[in-house]
Amino acid sequence: MLATHNLTAFYGDFQALFGIDLQVDAGEIVSIIGANGAGKSTFLKTITGLLKAPRNAVRFEGRDIGGMPAHQIAQAGIAMVPEGRRLFASLSVEENLKMGAYTRRQGRFDLDAVYALLPVLKEKRTQPSTSLSGGQQQMAAIGRALLANPRLLICDEISLGLAPIVVKEIYEILGRIRKEGLTAIIVEQDVGMARLFSDRLYCFQEGRVSLSGRSDALSHEAISKAYFGV
Amino acid sequence: MIAWIDTIVQGVLLGGLYALFAMGLSLMFGVMRLVNIAHGDFILLAAFAGMALVAGLGVSPGVALLVLMPLAFAFGYGLQRGVLNFALGRDILPPLLITFGLSIVIQNALLQIFSADTRSIQAGALVTASLHLGEGLAVGWLPLMIFVSAIAVALALQWLFGATRIGRAFRAAADDSEAAQLMGVDNRHIYALATAIAMVVVAIAGVFHGIRTTIAPTDGPALLLYAFEAVVIGGLGSFWGTFAGGVILGVAQSIGFRLDPGWGILVGHLAFLAVLLVKPNGLFPKTR
Repeated sequence: MLATHNLTAFYGDFQALFGIDLQVDAGEIVSIIGANGAGKSTFLKTITGLLKAPRNAVRFEGRDIGGMPAHQIAQAGIAMVPEGRRLFASLSVEENLKMGAYTRRQGRFDLDAVYALLPVLKEKRTQPSTSLSGGQQQMAAIGRALLANPRLLICDEISLGLAPIVVKEIYEILGRIRKEGLTAIIVEQDVGMARLFSDRLYCFQEGRVSLSGRSDALSHEAISKAYFGV
Repeated sequence: MIAWIDTIVQGVLLGGLYALFAMGLSLMFGVMRLVNIAHGDFILLAAFAGMALVAGLGVSPGVALLVLMPLAFAFGYGLQRGVLNFALGRDILPPLLITFGLSIVIQNALLQIFSADTRSIQAGALVTASLHLGEGLAVGWLPLMIFVSAIAVALALQWLFGATRIGRAFRAAADDSEAAQLMGVDNRHIYALATAIAMVVVAIAGVFHGIRTTIAPTDGPALLLYAFEAVVIGGLGSFWGTFAGGVILGVAQSIGFRLDPGWGILVGHLAFLAVLLVKPNGLFPKTR
């Protein structure tokens, strides 16, 4: 579904990605792990169009989308739950969710379906998004991304800063969507969670893929070696 | 006593015009954090364009405004898409410089075309017609019309921002433009629409201003100042705040004029400074 080939990325003169080859097939959950500064967020920025990428370095459903503007990539069916949630502060919870549906892509998720999946959002729908707790904000961010009816869902650091019990709850919800054939990229700090929840795993290190393979087949030692580079 | 009531009423009505000046400025700043230094000059540009239409084609000011509004929309869209979008970024200085330059260009173009003579839009009997409210108290139909138009514009903008898909996109892009792009919002288009709508409000303000008083090509910066003061008094974030800011400025000026014919503008500025001193975020800031 999504494939990158020799993907590079730059911030000005600084090169952040050095030829990433990564593939996500339909119905598959792929997780990306790596230390801070390994290039995970940069990688997500290039495939969502926030950062320039070479034209033919990113292929999504048979189209070259590298370097396309972010709003067109969203229209093509890639939705992101950004790191730090990034809900719109001056919008209510429901307005935030409606922003997710901005592209008017049709599919299984409408406002009612998201409220059925995440009932707490329905309770708080008229409140400002800033009044939600961290976990509720994360759910709102996930609901917002689902309303785009994405072909590919990207979750960037969704467990960051949340209590373990809340993280469990959020992954339980993602698990439910997964059964309906979700295709997703999960970027995680929590390596254990990343391994548990994904079919395949990529480890990034200093802008390169240092390890990849089936999540259940990779040993702890191999992962920690690829993670820390020692 | 009746004289003071009259002063307040006239001030409130004058405030309607200032509110019209201010709402376009408030809209552009609210969506893009773009301070449009040429705002007053755009108002004058609209006023002169209205005057040229009325004098040249012999149409009524109302018809001239109806012609101008779509033109202003297209002008605003093109201006944002073709010029101002390239200046937007983390640095707030480039848009300031560009609009400052535009201000000079517009002033000199107007001077070149219309000369430095003061003039106004001919609107016939409307200018002097008034509504008698009681002993010693009357309001002009024109100021009343301006005030009602200002309320209508504030209502329309509040509805647009609060209840429509495009309004949500405006607010989302203002909050976090990157996240908005991830939702599929084309920021360049959204910003261009915001400026286009602001320019429609500018056209309304300009034509009314041209009918109400005399205009000269170099008046722009003064109008910008009134608009600015109204926005700051009201506090950023809501059009009703801006509207209230305009009314407060109008009443303050009107009271000043009543005290001494030379004090009107000064008292307006003093009211602005007082608000800035007591409530630097304005009287009705949106807190969310």
